[in-house]
Amino acid sequence: MIRKSGNRFADKIMRKQRTMMPNSDHTTRRTFLTLAGGAAVLGAVPAVIVRPAEATPAMLSAAIRNVVGEANVRTGRVKLDIPPLVENGNTVPMTVSVASPMTTDDYVKSIHVFNEKNPQPNIGNFYLGPRAGRAQVSTRIRLADSQKVTAIARLSDDTFWSATADVVVTLAACTEEAI
Amino acid sequence: MPSALINVPSKAKRGDVIEIKTLMSHIMETGYRHTASGEVVPRDIITSFTCRFNGAEIFRADLYPAIAANPFLTFFTTVTESGKFEFEWVGDKGFSETASASITVE
Repeated sequence: MIRKSGNRFADKIMRKQRTMMPNSDHTTRRTFLTLAGGAAVLGAVPAVIVRPAEATPAMLSAAIRNVVGEANVRTGRVKLDIPPLVENGNTVPMTVSVASPMTTDDYVKSIHVFNEKNPQPNIGNFYLGPRAGRAQVSTRIRLADSQKVTAIARLSDDTFWSATADVVVTLAACTEEAI
Repeated sequence: MPSALINVPSKAKRGDVIEIKTLMSHIMETGYRHTASGEVVPRDIITSFTCRFNGAEIFRADLYPAIAANPFLTFFTTVTESGKFEFEWVGDKGFSETASASITVE
């Protein structure tokens, strides 16, 4: 939306410039000022628009570091089931399952789910034990934007495994006004 | 009016892995929404959920504003004996609710 209105503004400037061009062969002081002013306005637009707060990549990696510490996170063993295209970001079904025998020697300690662009990077932490029998958790989450969702599992030997899924959201959560 | 929906099989065989489904009605206000007049609606969410079987914790979850309203959680457990599942939800503004379900193991 921002880009669209920006483009329209740029078109306007271009049109103005074109109508002015026949009057002079070189760039006049006026066209220069119009362009410079336009550019300044265009540059200022993103700063003026109030956007919902967004987790920054730094916040996301800090949240992940908070859970895994200095350990290496490997891809695999975790399966993140989430629809690739959702209409309503207010309630998105999500299932995380981990390939694990769930015995007393080898089980999943916890599952942590993170997102990229919600105001907060955390979605939920789920703590299991060998008694769970099956390392699988389902819930419904909110997504404020099209983004990546990451699930990280901590196994009993303190290794970390992850899976990431891309989700396209048509109606975002969190942005609507409360009554 | 908080109310919980719990789905636990009433009977199971020893050693079976059963699925437990729970739903607690709650607004899960994120704290990021504004009213028409621009005031921030204060956060009001459930922050933690615990499930115990005969007193021992079998599942726990930390919830964040990114969990949808009316938090719905499903998870699994192995049943070894008859007993009682106790569920507890704790949240902002002193929110605290409990529910329970019994299972008979043959």
